[in-house]
Amino acid sequence: MKSIWYFVGLLLTTLGTIITISALYSLVNPPAEQKVLANLHPDLWWGLFMLAFGLVFTLVNRHKTVR
Amino acid sequence: MVTLGLSPVDWLIIAVYFVFIIGLGFYLKRFTKSQEDFFMAGRKNSSWVAGIAFLSANLGALELLGMTGNTFKYGMYVAHFYWIGAIPAMVFLGIYMMPFYYSSRIHSVPGYLKLRFDEKTRVLNAAAFAIMTLLVSGINLYAMALVLHTFVGWDWNISMGVSAGTVAVYVTLSGLLSAIFTEIIQFFLIWFGLFLVSALGILEIGSVRDVFARIPPSFATLWSTSGDPTQNGMVITWAGIVLGLGFVLSFGYWTTDFLVVQRAFSARDLRAARMTPIIASFFKMAVPFLVIMAGLVALVLAGDPKTGFSLLRDGSQINYDSALPLLIQRYYPTGLIGLGVTALLAGFMAGQAGNVSAFNTVWTYDIYRALINPKASDAHLLWMGRVATIVGIILSVITAYWAKSFPSIMDYMQAIFSWVNAPLFATMLLGMFVVWITPNGAFWGLLAGMGSSFYLFLAVKFQWINPASITLSPAASDMAANFWRAWWAWVICFVVTILISVVTKKKPKQELMGLVKGLTAEKSLQAVPFIKTPEFYGILSVAILIVLNIYFW
Repeated sequence: MKSIWYFVGLLLTTLGTIITISALYSLVNPPAEQKVLANLHPDLWWGLFMLAFGLVFTLVNRHKTVR
Repeated sequence: MVTLGLSPVDWLIIAVYFVFIIGLGFYLKRFTKSQEDFFMAGRKNSSWVAGIAFLSANLGALELLGMTGNTFKYGMYVAHFYWIGAIPAMVFLGIYMMPFYYSSRIHSVPGYLKLRFDEKTRVLNAAAFAIMTLLVSGINLYAMALVLHTFVGWDWNISMGVSAGTVAVYVTLSGLLSAIFTEIIQFFLIWFGLFLVSALGILEIGSVRDVFARIPPSFATLWSTSGDPTQNGMVITWAGIVLGLGFVLSFGYWTTDFLVVQRAFSARDLRAARMTPIIASFFKMAVPFLVIMAGLVALVLAGDPKTGFSLLRDGSQINYDSALPLLIQRYYPTGLIGLGVTALLAGFMAGQAGNVSAFNTVWTYDIYRALINPKASDAHLLWMGRVATIVGIILSVITAYWAKSFPSIMDYMQAIFSWVNAPLFATMLLGMFVVWITPNGAFWGLLAGMGSSFYLFLAVKFQWINPASITLSPAASDMAANFWRAWWAWVICFVVTILISVVTKKKPKQELMGLVKGLTAEKSLQAVPFIKTPEFYGILSVAILIVLNIYFW
């Protein structure tokens, strides 16, 4: 059985990728209604952080198995 | 009602999560072949996996919506739930109680009561726990329906049906194994999904110092206003916090509630089992950044008309539990909204899955096999566990409608815990550490403690008695009444158990080997350096707790 940490990495990588792509799209096509502190672009850097974190977890644990 | 328009990207994120956890359920089903796999996750988890699951089983609706809402209602005093109301009990469980639990190879906490006392004490606790679990499971459903109702505008009934159905699928497939896997995933989603709420809130207001400067002084401290209940947001004295929350409710929940203790039972060896609650204690101390800080941010924003922020209302009642979803709505752009909603959903579903997996274990081992079918085969018990999962979820849907009538989730939770866990802690404490406590003493003490707590709840609710007679102060909040009721239930159970034990027949000592302090061989850890022992990490955890309490005094 694959380690749980591998699945955590997979999910975070997937969600991080979606959020990063969405943030880049919003950067190019800003929405009409802006949220509070939208100028900080929290979606972009948070998406990138999730993507990096998820990739590390996935790669480090890709061969680990539990009994 | 304020409805968020979720974008296709947000929907995609939510859909990915649902597909992922259901897929995980099917993947894990291949490894769920016996009752030991289904109910104990094969007893092969590391202390990190069991520790994070231990914390996450408790990190459901209660922690997220309930605690953020309660911080808005009561202020900084809510942090007591995370610090004095959790850490000492978690460390005590790891260092002193886990050896008795783990070494007896039981499947459940009622299973320990059967070995230490007798069948009737086990069944009494199992029945009370099963009912409590279904009620708490109802809270998770209610909280999840609230999120879907607030953000998506879904009907309450549809929301509950969708969430309950998903949990039913993956817990039925692989029991505790999938519950633990989803709890770990939930832990990461909650941190990634909600961290920015507090962080952006602090940035909008200016700094953490500015947040504390802009809330009422009675809401900003931990202990300095606890001498006079009228001077703090929770309307409680330090004695109520220490005795009711810090001692009885906290120890009752963290050391005897099978929902969380079950995660430690899934550990691969005794050391991992002992480290489980201690590892969880470090993460527990950090959770206030997510919920307490978010509640304080909401309090500041709501107090400033220029921000345009206010909580939802259900008729004339303020809906405190709407604070966190409304902050997500305020700060999160497309994509992050999907992540925030997914984090909340993950928390609720994992919380519900935890309750259902604990319920199916107690029902199957402590009620069904004990009373109805003692000769059931391994395969039959596995089947019964799956049936109990589905029935448990249906019953929790019913209880969700009752939870909806309470003004705040946490008030409802503490009321339930003070009925069941508070007296049970007295029974377990005496059972594990006093050899001469008898089966009849334990049974009647437990019954008296549970009965008195329930009576006091009704007596205060319907004004049969003056609440001041149990809270020992003229002013007291609902929460203070819960803390004090738990204390009195514990005292009554403790005293009755001792008195009846003095005059009733004791169990032979040879039947208590490995179950009671003094009759259990102390396992030496001489080969392990002190820095790697549970004791070292327990001391470290308590030291951090003391520093936090002094800092926020």
